[in-house]
Formats: sequence, C-alpha cells, structure tokens
Amino acid sequence: MAMVRRRKAIDGRLSALLLFLPPALLLFTIFVVLPIVEAAWYSGFNWNGFGTPTKWIGLDNYWFVFDSRGFGTAFRNNLLIIAVSLVIQLPLALSLALILAERFRGSVALRMLFFLPYVLAEIATGLIFSFIYDGNYGLLASIFRAFGAEAPHLLASTQTSMLAILIVVVWKYFGFHMMLFIAALQGMDKNLVEAARIDGASRMQVLRHIVVPLLYPTIRLSIFFAVVGSLQLFDLVMPLTRGGPADSSNTMVSFLYNNGVSRMRVGYGSAIGVILFVICVTFAFTYKRWFMRDE
Amino acid sequence: MSDVLTAPHSRPIDLVPLYKALFLMVVAAFVAVPLLATVLGGFKTLGELRTNPFGLPTTWEWENYAGILLSQRYWQLLWNSTVISILTVVLTLIVASMAAFVFAHIKFYGSEMLLSYLTMGLLFPAATAILPLFIKVRDLGLLDSYFGVILPQVAFSLAMSILLLRRFFKDLPHELLEAALVDGCSYIDFFRYVTLPLSRPILATVGTIAFVHSWNSYLLPLVMLNSDALYPWPLGIMVYQGEYSSEWHLILAFITLTILPTVLIFIFAQKHIVAGLTAGAVKG
Repeated sequence: MAMVRRRKAIDGRLSALLLFLPPALLLFTIFVVLPIVEAAWYSGFNWNGFGTPTKWIGLDNYWFVFDSRGFGTAFRNNLLIIAVSLVIQLPLALSLALILAERFRGSVALRMLFFLPYVLAEIATGLIFSFIYDGNYGLLASIFRAFGAEAPHLLASTQTSMLAILIVVVWKYFGFHMMLFIAALQGMDKNLVEAARIDGASRMQVLRHIVVPLLYPTIRLSIFFAVVGSLQLFDLVMPLTRGGPADSSNTMVSFLYNNGVSRMRVGYGSAIGVILFVICVTFAFTYKRWFMRDE
Repeated sequence: MSDVLTAPHSRPIDLVPLYKALFLMVVAAFVAVPLLATVLGGFKTLGELRTNPFGLPTTWEWENYAGILLSQRYWQLLWNSTVISILTVVLTLIVASMAAFVFAHIKFYGSEMLLSYLTMGLLFPAATAILPLFIKVRDLGLLDSYFGVILPQVAFSLAMSILLLRRFFKDLPHELLEAALVDGCSYIDFFRYVTLPLSRPILATVGTIAFVHSWNSYLLPLVMLNSDALYPWPLGIMVYQGEYSSEWHLILAFITLTILPTVLIFIFAQKHIVAGLTAGAVKG
C-alpha cells in the first residue's frame, strides 16, 4: 500500500514537472535568452536584418559605437541621471518619507499624490511636460512672460534639453523611492527611537544616529533602482526630445533606438545592446556583492 | 493643506512643523500643477491656453473632450491596450505560478540551476536585445499582432513574478500538501484547488505589476506593431501629437482622457498598486 502511494506521488511529481515547467522555460529562452545570445552574434556583422547576415566585420561595430560622439554623450547623460537621482531625488524622497511616515490628516492623501506620477505612463508624462516647457503655450513660458522676460525653449537647446529631462525624471520617480522609505520606516522598531528620546537625544541626533543607519539597507536598494532605472530610460525621452537636439539628450537606450532600430542597422544596434547588457550585468553583480551582501 | 498645520504632533510654538508644511506644500504644487494644468488645458481654446495656461478656463470648452470621446480612435486605442494588458496578465499569472509551484514544492536535480537561469531576466532590460527580439518575432510570424507584444512582455515579467510567487507558495503551511498527498490528491489538483485559491493576495500583486507595466509600455509595441489599428494608447497618443502638433488644447484633452483609466484604477486599488509595485521592488 505504502509502495503504491509512494509511486503515485513520484508519478504525480513528474507529470507536474513536465506540465508546469516547460511553458516558462520556453518563453524565457525564446524571448529573453536567445535574443541576447543572438545580439552577440549579430554584432559581428554589417547587416540590415534581411536575408541572412553574411558581411562579417569582427569587432568593427564596437569601434564604431565607441568612436561616435553620440554614444559618449548618451553614456554621460545616463551618469548625469544617476547623479541627480543620488544628490536630489534620494534626499527629497527620504525627507518626505520622514514627514509622511507619521500619521496626520492628509498624510495618506499626500503619499498617494506623490506616488501618482510613478503610476502614469512615461509617454503621458513626457507629453505633459513637453506642454509645460512649450515656448509658446507652456506654463514655463507664461511665467517668464509675466516677469517680462523672453520665454526659453528648454527642449530646443542643446544646453538645456538634458536639464529639462532631469526635472521630469525627479518629478516622475521620487514618489516611488519615498514609498520604499515609508515602508521601511513603518516596519522599524519604535522602541529604539523612544529609548533614545528618553535618554535625552535630540530629534536630530535620533535621526542621524538611529533612524538613518536603520534605513541604510533601503537607501542601498533605492540607489540600486535609481541606477537600473537610469540605464533603461527611454520612454520619457521620446516625447520630450527624441534624444535631440543634435543628440544632446540621448540616453543609451534612446541612442540604441535612434541609431540601431529606426535605421535597421542590426549589427550596430546589437553591439550597443551588448555594451548595455555588459554594463547592466556588471553593475548588478558588483553592486550586489559590495553593497547588498546581507540581503 | 491646512490640516497639516494642525497635525496632532505639532506644538504651537514649534516652528519645525511649519517648515514641514511649507515643504510639503511646495512639493505638492510641483506634482499637482502640471497635472491640473493638463486637465484644465483640455477645457480651453488654443487662444486662451496661450494667455491663461494656469487658471480655470473662462468658458469651459466641452467640445475638445466630447470630440475625442465620440471618436472611434480613442476607444480603439483603449481596446487594444486592454486586450494586450489583460492577456499579458493572464498569461503571466498562469505560466509564472505553474513554474513557481514546481520550484516551491518539488525537489529535483537541477532545480536550483533552472531557477537562477530564469531569474537572470532581472539583470537587464528588454531594450538590450530589442533588435534580435524583433527579428525573432518577425521570423515567428508574430510581427504586427497582439501576441508579438504579449509574449515578449510575459517572458520579461517571468523572473520577478516567479520569485514573488515562489516565496509565497513556500510560506503556505506545508502540512496542507502532505495531508492532500496522503489523501491521494495529485500535485496538479493541489495546485488548482488549494494553492491558487489561497494565493489571491500575491496573484493580485503580481497581476498588478504586470498590468501597469504592460498598460504603460512603449518600446515593445513601437518595434513590433506597424498598423495603427493595433496600437495601444502610448503609441496612439504619440501619433495624435504628431498630427495635431501645436493644437495643445486637443492634445491635453487627449492626454487627460488616456491617463484617466490609470488614475481611476489607481484611486480604487491604491493599496494593491502601492504594495505591489514596492513589494516587487523590495523582494525582487
């Protein structure tokens, strides 16, 4: 009897295995893994995507990418977005979280308001801000005119296009980071804070020596998401500037789109993709190893 | 805003809460003004938009909104987005929960390896391999079809979904499975009749993440779809903006109407959405 039951359980396991696992493995292999492997292969060819790739050019596509001024700018823009996320967005999100983690009338409503931009599509956000920045009809222009100044065309100048995008990035994403901090603050042991207060520590001291150190894991997580988010930023750029003018506001992904996808330069575009892949994976591994070992 | 000032923790002579209130007000304005200006802008004429982009419209122009709501185009876009998002969510939930169940309950040679293989998907964005992905979808004959967008979306959401679901399945009481197996219940029946009904919260979370990403996604449909008739709304609104390039009153009305479903769903399901999007982030 026990033997029969045992055999039945093993058979059940096997059929569950054979039925449940293949769909995920197949989908993932076909649409995620193979394309990445193929990108490495295609990147050795000069190919427009039709027929089979025959013109092998070795590593030339990579040299073309590194030689182009546009890619350097895009890479720097990605670093700039990361810098702004760290220097402006993170402190903003953290200080808002410290205020809004406490319950008072309106705190939940404000949390929701600040989180709302994160839920909106990047495309809609970009279009809203291309209206705000519009030199003729936009809010910014009318503010300038009210002071009798000439309205700036932020998106049309190579000097200011990236600044305009950075403002939208903060607008869209600070609420997400704020929510991460609020969740962490609410899960925090209140006794520590109270004990310190009873021992005569000031609010600032409690904040600096107890609350913020307890938030370090969340801060490391928030930085991780800021970097990963920056590396994939694309949707927001398209409605605002399409990477222009003169490639001044490209991110690496919009550079890939503008120079690889829209012109069907498969080899060149794949080389950019491979570079991006290497950057993402290297970053994820080193960051996890160095900063998130305990989690 | 006034209730911030009278918050219970504020003492009358303490100046800090006033700073805080001011700070909150500035940030709230920074977030809200662009959104309000968009909604109100849709009610103005182009001429008024130029002279008065901030305030309430002098006369409310309902035609902008009515014209869009009566157009077939708007509903077509919402329909396409709805079909793509719902199929993405359903497929993601089915495929990911089946795989997660195996990883949670069945020990077999190589399971660890397969799980790390699948979670590799967390390491890089879909954009990195977008050109080979386009060629793959084309060779499969799925170009310019809903499924050309849906299947890659499902594939890319698998990693996160499987991790979240597996953790939840593992935390369900183990005695349940043992008792069911003793009673002759198969793994597959256990999955269908016990695991899934008990896992509604995590299914809602995973579904929400997949839905929001699919509903808002732009790059994949942009590359995979050619015909306007299949465009989801982020693509459609870009086309609309191209056609009415500087008729901002119409574009603003169109933006308002296309983000309206998102905002409504957010208001009604805010707990799920916030929990889902942040949990996905933290546990991933």
